[in-house]
Amino acid sequence: MRRYAPFLLIAAMLLVPEMAHAARISELSESSLGGRALRFFTFQDASLRNALLGSMLLGICCGLTGAFLVVRKLALMGDALSHAVLPGVALGFLWNMTKDPLAIFVGATLAGLLGAGTVQLLRSTTRHKEDAALGFVLASFFGVGICLFTRIQNLPGGNKSGLDKYMFGQAAALGQGDVMLLAVVTALALGLVLVLYKEYALTSFDPGFARTLGLPVSILHYSLMLLLAFAIVSSLQAVGVVLVSAMLVVPAAAAFLLTDRLAWMLVISALFGMASGALGAFFSFVGRNMPTGPFMVLSASSIFALALFFAPRHGVVTRWWRRRSQSARIRRENTLKAIYRVLEDHGFRTEQVSLAELAQQRRVTLEEATKEVAELKRTALVTISPSGEPALTPQGWQRACEIVRNHRLWELYLTHAAHIAADHVHEDAEKIEHVLGENTVRQLERRLNYANRDPHGRLIPGIEDIRAGTATMCATRVPGYGGAEP
Amino acid sequence: MSGLIPEFNWREVVVQPWTQDLALTGWVMLMGFLVAAACGLVGNYLLLRRMALVGDAISHSILPGLVVAFLIFRHANTWIMFGGALAAGFVTVVLIEFIHKQSRVKPDAAICISFTTLFAIGVAMMSVLETAGTFHIDAECVLYGEIAFVGLEPPVVVNGIELAPPSVMRMGLVFLGIVACVILFYKELLVTSFDPGLARSMGIRPTLWHYGLMAALALVVVSAFEAVGAILAVAMLIVPPMTAAQITQRLPARLVVTVAHALASAVIGYHLSVWWRCSAAGAMVVAGAGLFVIAWLGTAIRTVLGRRNAAASAPVGATMES
Repeated sequence: MRRYAPFLLIAAMLLVPEMAHAARISELSESSLGGRALRFFTFQDASLRNALLGSMLLGICCGLTGAFLVVRKLALMGDALSHAVLPGVALGFLWNMTKDPLAIFVGATLAGLLGAGTVQLLRSTTRHKEDAALGFVLASFFGVGICLFTRIQNLPGGNKSGLDKYMFGQAAALGQGDVMLLAVVTALALGLVLVLYKEYALTSFDPGFARTLGLPVSILHYSLMLLLAFAIVSSLQAVGVVLVSAMLVVPAAAAFLLTDRLAWMLVISALFGMASGALGAFFSFVGRNMPTGPFMVLSASSIFALALFFAPRHGVVTRWWRRRSQSARIRRENTLKAIYRVLEDHGFRTEQVSLAELAQQRRVTLEEATKEVAELKRTALVTISPSGEPALTPQGWQRACEIVRNHRLWELYLTHAAHIAADHVHEDAEKIEHVLGENTVRQLERRLNYANRDPHGRLIPGIEDIRAGTATMCATRVPGYGGAEP
Repeated sequence: MSGLIPEFNWREVVVQPWTQDLALTGWVMLMGFLVAAACGLVGNYLLLRRMALVGDAISHSILPGLVVAFLIFRHANTWIMFGGALAAGFVTVVLIEFIHKQSRVKPDAAICISFTTLFAIGVAMMSVLETAGTFHIDAECVLYGEIAFVGLEPPVVVNGIELAPPSVMRMGLVFLGIVACVILFYKELLVTSFDPGLARSMGIRPTLWHYGLMAALALVVVSAFEAVGAILAVAMLIVPPMTAAQITQRLPARLVVTVAHALASAVIGYHLSVWWRCSAAGAMVVAGAGLFVIAWLGTAIRTVLGRRNAAASAPVGATMES
């Protein structure tokens, strides 16, 4: 059941545009920006409803197909095929000299498949690489398309108006037929993905393994190419030849940044596609007959930029923030360790540590030491006396003991178990002390037979010392495992 | 569907362009050749570096640069446009690197995202400006231009002698510049394209030459843009070098074949456009692609024949053995 949850979500998403379609019809003509925005949100225009419904369906359909393109590293295939369908559009128009959606659909699909086939043929019969094959198909098919288009402009008769919209898209020009076509293609894409989800996932990530399982890898590849051609062709009217590839790749890439699971990637990608479709239709409508394609793509790119910077795990800003807080933690722990060392040098007779000694231990200037201590106070790890000398709080003492224990146990482990010379282990321990977890430390203690001195002869603080809570209470006993050995 | 291909009129299609119309058609064919040859020479190195689609990407993404440059300076001087395009090209390269390095998005998707976004910005700016009445560039014209107008431009006059139309002059200069660079920096371009490691050990910096190549790419695309549209430039970055690679393995020979291919596709393409009454740039692309297909079939037939010869000689040896 869990497997189908994402797809149920997509089905629910399909309902939203459907509801938009059911809204009330009335013919008003506000010309102010606010008025047009209001009209957009109240779905009062029949043509607007077509445009919005079409754009959202387009986003879902492209998002679903594009997700597979992105995980299969075929992003540029989308670009090449979207240019390659152009001659098909022209031939579809020439069929009976009108903008018959079905004829254009069939012509463009055939052209797209021919393009995909040509790429495959070039790859298998020549030494040209993928990029050259894609580039050749893109350029030559587009060239043929330009020839046909300019030829059509010079032909007598026929209803040529609106044919230029195939370049940059005009969602407002979507007719009932176009929307029906989009709905059928979206349903097809959804059905295919639902039924063949496992097969597509497997062939996308490990074609070799899929082949050993007896899956028809190349048939699956071509079915995906067919779906891609369908998605491109049905989107042409709304987004245009040049920018279809963006609607295929950009929402999917944004989804790729947000999740590691293919099923969720499909859902998020479809959702982003739908949102950018709706936003594109909105801006195109509010801005009076702007081409829809660019605004759709800009909406999708903004979503991608947000994901790129703020994705919870892979975002640039989130990663930067995580790195920053991690290095701040390491700095704090190093200061704590230095305070421990100073206390240790004084035989744990006092709680207070002089700043000068701390600075010397940390090998920093007095100002920097003061700043570091202030940082510790901010996180409640030390208290500062009126004379400016820090003393560890119970939490501070506990963390300091843990860090020193991690450091010394690791040094001991390296000299004992890995037989590394005692003077070569410090650098490594400096790094690992910040990441060792409690369980690993317990394991190390057991391995080292609860030894209590590190390779340099210093005592290793033990559980009792940590529990003692303060340095002076610890000083009543000798720190380490001396008496605690089982 | 009938009447799509007009009747072939020998006089109109073949004779007239070389006789009474030569003053006009000559410039168109020369311009087509210059664009195709300059793009083809740069394209050879792109093909070697497996960057064939970068030409397509750059030619789309320089659009916002052109629009911004035009907005700032209010007139369409080549060098201003070139500056804008170069800046936009630089932004593209940086954007691709940033997305690719800073996230787990693969390079192909990064390329696709960067150039489509920039192109969308360009088109959106153009349509907003057009609605506001500031600006009139036909977005489609940018894409597939109209090379046939080249011959109608008033020619540049120096000391009372009529030279070429200005766009042909500029493209000629660009072509000569590219040729000079290819000859002067032959070794550097060769080494950095084939073996960046060796180049580094020879004291040649591959990154520097990479950016140099990108700048040359931006230059040829921009100068082609103005007169003939992006499609001819994009196609000629890819098709002539691929044809040359089909015929020969040696780089100098490839460069020569590229120029020959450019000449052939410009001349044949122009005649096709006269015959079919369609865009000359589009027809030149079709002619170039047709030449590639011929070269492709040629090598395929040669391979098949070679295999048959090998198969024919093998059984003889086998019977001798037994």
